[in-house]
Amino acid sequence: MRIACPYCGPRENGEFSYLGDATPVRPSLEQGVDAMLDYVFLRDNVAGEMQELWYHGGGCRAWLKVTRNTLTHEISAVEAARGAGAAKVGKR
Amino acid sequence: MKYSIFSLARAALNGHKNWPRTWRDAAPKKHYDVVIIGGGGHGLATAWFLASRYGIKNVAVLEKGWIGSGNAGRNTTIIRSNYMLPGNIGFYELSMKLWETMEQDLNYNTMVSQRGIVNLYHSDAQRDAYARRGNAMRINGIDAELLDQDGVRKMMPFLNFEHARFPIQGGLLQRRAGTARHDAVVWGYAHAADKLGVDIIQNCEVTGFTRDKAGKVIGVETSRGAIGAGKVGMSVAGSSSRVAAMAGLRLPIESHVLQAFVSEAIKPLIPGVVTFGAGHFYVSQSDKGGLVFGGDIDGYNSYAQRGNMPTMEDVCEGGMALMPIIGRVRLLRQWGGIMDMSMDGSPIIDRTPVEGLYLNAGWCYGGFKATPGAGLTFAHLLARDEPHEEAARYRLDRFRTGWTIDEKGMGAQPNLH
Repeated sequence: MRIACPYCGPRENGEFSYLGDATPVRPSLEQGVDAMLDYVFLRDNVAGEMQELWYHGGGCRAWLKVTRNTLTHEISAVEAARGAGAAKVGKR
Repeated sequence: MKYSIFSLARAALNGHKNWPRTWRDAAPKKHYDVVIIGGGGHGLATAWFLASRYGIKNVAVLEKGWIGSGNAGRNTTIIRSNYMLPGNIGFYELSMKLWETMEQDLNYNTMVSQRGIVNLYHSDAQRDAYARRGNAMRINGIDAELLDQDGVRKMMPFLNFEHARFPIQGGLLQRRAGTARHDAVVWGYAHAADKLGVDIIQNCEVTGFTRDKAGKVIGVETSRGAIGAGKVGMSVAGSSSRVAAMAGLRLPIESHVLQAFVSEAIKPLIPGVVTFGAGHFYVSQSDKGGLVFGGDIDGYNSYAQRGNMPTMEDVCEGGMALMPIIGRVRLLRQWGGIMDMSMDGSPIIDRTPVEGLYLNAGWCYGGFKATPGAGLTFAHLLARDEPHEEAARYRLDRFRTGWTIDEKGMGAQPNLH
């Protein structure tokens, strides 16, 4: 599996580390226990195309949003994950 | 038929031409008391325990491919009960005891071999952690011995004791642990369950659930037609989220790929199972002589049943650090299986919020050793509608209540063990 980093070009996946599904958004505390349970523990566990966050720790150290098929490992899109991490708390 | 030395001698005289089928190739009936989705070790064991211990014989096991074609055929065949936390410790020891009587119970040679497991430690802190684990096991009546370096050296002199970075200080030994023949476990349960009237239906993929007006599950839609059911049990680790989604459920599970490896056959070298404590590498030697080994999951969601090179490299580096003697042994085969990685590293055996639907899932790397224990406790749940006492903590709602069973102490991660 190779990931085409928009900054570094195609690199083998050993250079990257994986965070998981890019879709869930951390809820604010006011949204209650159910929203937090959902965010922390429950997963769609997509079988097919999934948007996910990868970190290019062995290269440019950027967070990337990768569209990858979990059935085939085929990667169809890679883009910079702008606003990922702490910046996305409580936002859609 | 009953297998014995006499049946073997009789068949040998006839050139082994007249062996009957080990189990019937059943066609689906209209209705069963219990339908189990998934013809792996767990599903077949559940069916056998339902029929033999709980008197429920009108049971079908539905398998989308052939039985044992999923994780039951893709593991590294290790059995052990060296767990520490309440909830796990009793369950895995129950399972270990069932392994010890399995061959007699099933009238099938599952090649259970209690050749022992040694978990190596490489630092003082790790020794303390293993001493604690061993003590927890012994308090619960499970065998455990803390070995020093000489103790390990006597068993496995070929290990790299003087490794500059990770010298081997000793290990935690469970002598009753060992290995079993994974395919024979599947065939043994199929054979014994079939004898009691269980229908094993292969090439039968579940495509949906039939629900009544109140939402209760009353059957399954399959590629071989609709089948009615009093209760439906899911035993489909790897695909639990996909099957549960057909009933509108989201689970605390991610599917990840775990690779395993077999080398070419060599003369007897490794007496039991040994695990490297400074990385993630575990190895045993099969009766055919191949070294069977593995390590970590690849670390990304996957349903593809194949892994990638960085993990393979990592596993082989672990092997070389532990025992450089294998450096020139060639790799024969490598494969991937899809693990139900639960969010605390422990399984789920419970009712679901959907009435009539029961769940056995979330086995992470550890499903094979749990096969008989999961079969018994899941059968108990299906038969009695209440959890077996040794699986009472494997609740689906424990993530809400805070009663997670986090053997590794690492929090909400789907990549624990």
